[in-house]
Amino acid sequence: MRAFEYTRADSVPGAVKTLSSNRHSTILAGGTNLLDLMKEDVERPDELVDITRLDLSEIRSTSSGISLGAGAKNTDTANHPLVRQGYPLLSQAILAGASQQIRNMASNGGNLNQRTRCGYFYDTAMPCNKREPGTGCGALGGLNRMHAIFGWSNDCVAVHPSDMCVALVALDAVVRVVGPDGKERSIPFANYHRLPEDRPSKDNTLEPGEVVVAIELPKNRLAGHSYYLKVRDRASYAFALLSVAAALELDGDVIKTARLAMGGVAHKPWRAVQAEDALVGQPATLETFQRAAEQAMKPARPLEHNAFKVELGKRAIVRALTQAQTGGLS
Amino acid sequence: MAKYIGKEFSRVDGVAKVTGTAKYAAEFHVPNLSHGYLVLSEIARGSIASIDTKSALKVPGVVRVFTHQNTPKSQNSDDKQFKALQSDAIVFNAQPVALVVAETFESAREAARLVKVTYRKEAPRTDVEALLPSATLAKADGFSGPPVQTVGEPDAAIKKAAVVIEADYTIPIEHHNPMEPHAAVAYWQDGKLKIFDKSQDVYNVRDHLAGTFGIPETDVEVVSPYVGGAFGCSIEPNYYPALTAMAARELQRPVKVVYTRRQMFTGHGYRPYTHQRVKLGAEKNGKLVAILHEATNNTSTVVSRGDSATRFTLKLYNCPNMKTTQKVVETDMGTPCAMRAPGAVSGMFGLESALDELSYKLGIDPMELRLINYAEHDPQTGKPFSSKALRECYSQAAKRFGWEKRTPEPRSMRDGKELIGYGMSTGVWYALQMPASVKVVLTAQGKAEVTSATSDIGPGTYTVMTMIAAEFLGLDAKDVTFGLGDTKMPKAPTQGGSWTTASVGSAIHGAADVIKGKLLEMANAQAASPFKDVAAEDLVLLDGRLQHKDKPQLGLRTTDILKRANMTELVQEYRSVPSKERDKYQTLAHGAQFVEVRVDEELGTVRVTRAVEATACGKIMNPKTSHSQEMGGVVWGIGMALTEATEVDHRYGRIMNPSLADYHVPCCADVMDITTDFVEEDDKIVNPLGVKGMGELGMVGIPAAIANAVYHATGKRMRELPITPDRMLKA
Repeated sequence: MRAFEYTRADSVPGAVKTLSSNRHSTILAGGTNLLDLMKEDVERPDELVDITRLDLSEIRSTSSGISLGAGAKNTDTANHPLVRQGYPLLSQAILAGASQQIRNMASNGGNLNQRTRCGYFYDTAMPCNKREPGTGCGALGGLNRMHAIFGWSNDCVAVHPSDMCVALVALDAVVRVVGPDGKERSIPFANYHRLPEDRPSKDNTLEPGEVVVAIELPKNRLAGHSYYLKVRDRASYAFALLSVAAALELDGDVIKTARLAMGGVAHKPWRAVQAEDALVGQPATLETFQRAAEQAMKPARPLEHNAFKVELGKRAIVRALTQAQTGGLS
Repeated sequence: MAKYIGKEFSRVDGVAKVTGTAKYAAEFHVPNLSHGYLVLSEIARGSIASIDTKSALKVPGVVRVFTHQNTPKSQNSDDKQFKALQSDAIVFNAQPVALVVAETFESAREAARLVKVTYRKEAPRTDVEALLPSATLAKADGFSGPPVQTVGEPDAAIKKAAVVIEADYTIPIEHHNPMEPHAAVAYWQDGKLKIFDKSQDVYNVRDHLAGTFGIPETDVEVVSPYVGGAFGCSIEPNYYPALTAMAARELQRPVKVVYTRRQMFTGHGYRPYTHQRVKLGAEKNGKLVAILHEATNNTSTVVSRGDSATRFTLKLYNCPNMKTTQKVVETDMGTPCAMRAPGAVSGMFGLESALDELSYKLGIDPMELRLINYAEHDPQTGKPFSSKALRECYSQAAKRFGWEKRTPEPRSMRDGKELIGYGMSTGVWYALQMPASVKVVLTAQGKAEVTSATSDIGPGTYTVMTMIAAEFLGLDAKDVTFGLGDTKMPKAPTQGGSWTTASVGSAIHGAADVIKGKLLEMANAQAASPFKDVAAEDLVLLDGRLQHKDKPQLGLRTTDILKRANMTELVQEYRSVPSKERDKYQTLAHGAQFVEVRVDEELGTVRVTRAVEATACGKIMNPKTSHSQEMGGVVWGIGMALTEATEVDHRYGRIMNPSLADYHVPCCADVMDITTDFVEEDDKIVNPLGVKGMGELGMVGIPAAIANAVYHATGKRMRELPITPDRMLKA
């Protein structure tokens, strides 16, 4: 860890101003990821802008759905009645992530902006284009069991580690950000995170100086039939080998709306839109689910050590859809 | 009739630990302390071409940067363990190449990032499977003997066997991951060194440091009162105590060095990667006719260390023809070290998995197969066992587990989507005893202070020694204190090998016996002694009195005996050694483990839903801490079977998951129902207390039992640990 300035923001515009004036500054919220990365010398900000005192932790209903403050803790979000009742998929996903202690500290905005857990990214002795552009991708020809099967490039095969974000992308969330001009803009969740392409150092589409202030979730009719399934190496405090967020709106036995997203498979929370299309209008049967799973995994390009994710993905999708259909009960 | 022994007793250090008053190595704050931070190599093999410390030295607060260019050499060329900053050679990845010392930890850490090192790289060799052809025989080991051991004619016998099993099993490198990171605080005064360290053997560290600095051993004091878990990784001195003491000597001020979690993966040893081949030959009735067990583990280029995975193979089953072979493969990794049940748990994964495979091939119940081949005496030497209640362990654990409900066919038990499997295994460990010394100070106020330079890495040594002293000195446990972990105290063996209670406990027992004799003499020096013509062996120390065994009214308060003799205290040192009688016997501790797994076959996930183990390790001194030890063993076994692996990128020879997030020790949610039972043995041959090794025993059979249960559940034989979801899907 290197010496840094510590600034406590007194307002969102104030935070934005500090961020815009110093391109080596970064926001400190829960700190559960950032401080680790600073200790490992992966992140080297020279200024931290602490936004934990700002009024960003409100969780409220809006005319179009609900709004989650960027500063609200993951635990508070997962346990909030509006979330549990209206968006149980999100609650499940949050509670599948990290540990209770980390969720108690971690903020919603920070969850979006957490960085990959790729071991090569974490180790400054190793090549990593995300950490140090131009050094190469250590994982591409190395230990890549945990890595991407969708949308990777030769420059980066890392995955986004969040569980929460998998549910958010499935639920058509919108990220509200404030920029240097003081104006708010909305980023559809599916566009918030990036694929690595030739610039893996950039995880998301935030512009310099922009601060996430809220996450909005539109109303839906999915609450009765949703399920978050996470397959991992141990029962808690482990990143997903693969996870599936599934949600259905049923009209009798017919699928009216379908949402399907995956975690642990790509540089961003991976929405399987074509698989959703394969579900809509179809009877909610095992055959339909299997067809959708095949569809979802079609674009998979496994690496040396993660070919298992293709078959696991199919099975996990079928399982998650089945669980969703039966009301999310396991 | 014992007052303490055999009864549940809460940890005497429990309150100190949970309230934070128990001080661990890094918590000894001495005045003018400076802080060291390690810089580690970024290559596994080669040498340092250059080190630039200029930027690091400019960081405010930096006192000095030590590299191989300005670090004094060790004065002990006989000490072959890896030592830091002694040359430009790089022999493993993340080897220390510099130590930055600064006024604060933060300054040292920041400056450490600025030390620029360039290397002459050579291709690292860390892939054991690829290196297997280069394996050589391991050196003979003090506990397990020569690398090749043979009984009968195994090669001929296996050829003639009616049924043969031949299979390879592998385990990955594993790390101990104790909660407490290794740490040392060192300072020099008048040419003498004092060091607070995390250690399982303060005398071992003392001798190592005295040798390193070429000073008398008596000029080194090592203090280690509390250890936050070690499991073998603090038996060797490791490189940091000498490095810390060196820096303190050069700077003429106290220095502290604490490993980070990342450094915990190369700052000490590890359980080595082990490849095993097991061949079993049997008659159709299940009688074993041949066992051949070959194990190869990786070692370093610094010290050759075999892990003795075959150490118990010749001691378990009544088989006339057996052969064990222990090999090593040199790798560009640090030197492996003991890790809970070293060798035993690795080897028993192979042997007990192979026996399970054989049971299916023969169509014989796995437990029945073990009973058919039950060894009534040591199969290798023919010596009788000092005691062996393994048969009772099998039957008791099987009953408690409900083994009879098992349907033999794989895949025959199911609950909804989950396949259920029952598996079992045998566990075995030594009943060792080492020479140990204690000092007892019995005061005229009726209190006792007992000391011995042993360690308490968690098993409850403080507690059991307090109990033993209270029992045999006839005092209330509240009036007894036990001190450990200081070279000012009498020498004790390493806390390892599960021999501490047998060794140090026997010394306390011996000291108490001498004290009883002395009190009798002192009493009899008084005219009014009630003990004239009474032999010491007819007396006991009980409830603060020296009294007659059968006539309790015949007695004196020990405080009165001391006062009348005008003594304020009675000081007794005692050294106990293993008896000659032991040599006539094979002395082992045994156990039987049964586990239930539930496998979600579609997703490849395995859960250990129940584990029952029955353990025969002599007398149980403190059931409370003993159950804790055995439960901990089961949890370790779950980790080894299902989740734990140190992952090495062989292109770089570098460990890629050095964190608690990525190295998966089991978490609470992985641990479900565990039952631990004891079958007590009355064995006064092993030692006067009748105790055997316990701490390591509890995990020995668990990985095999889990893998065997997975086979029973799914029909998939998992010969490679850990059994992760991807491996289940591929199988």
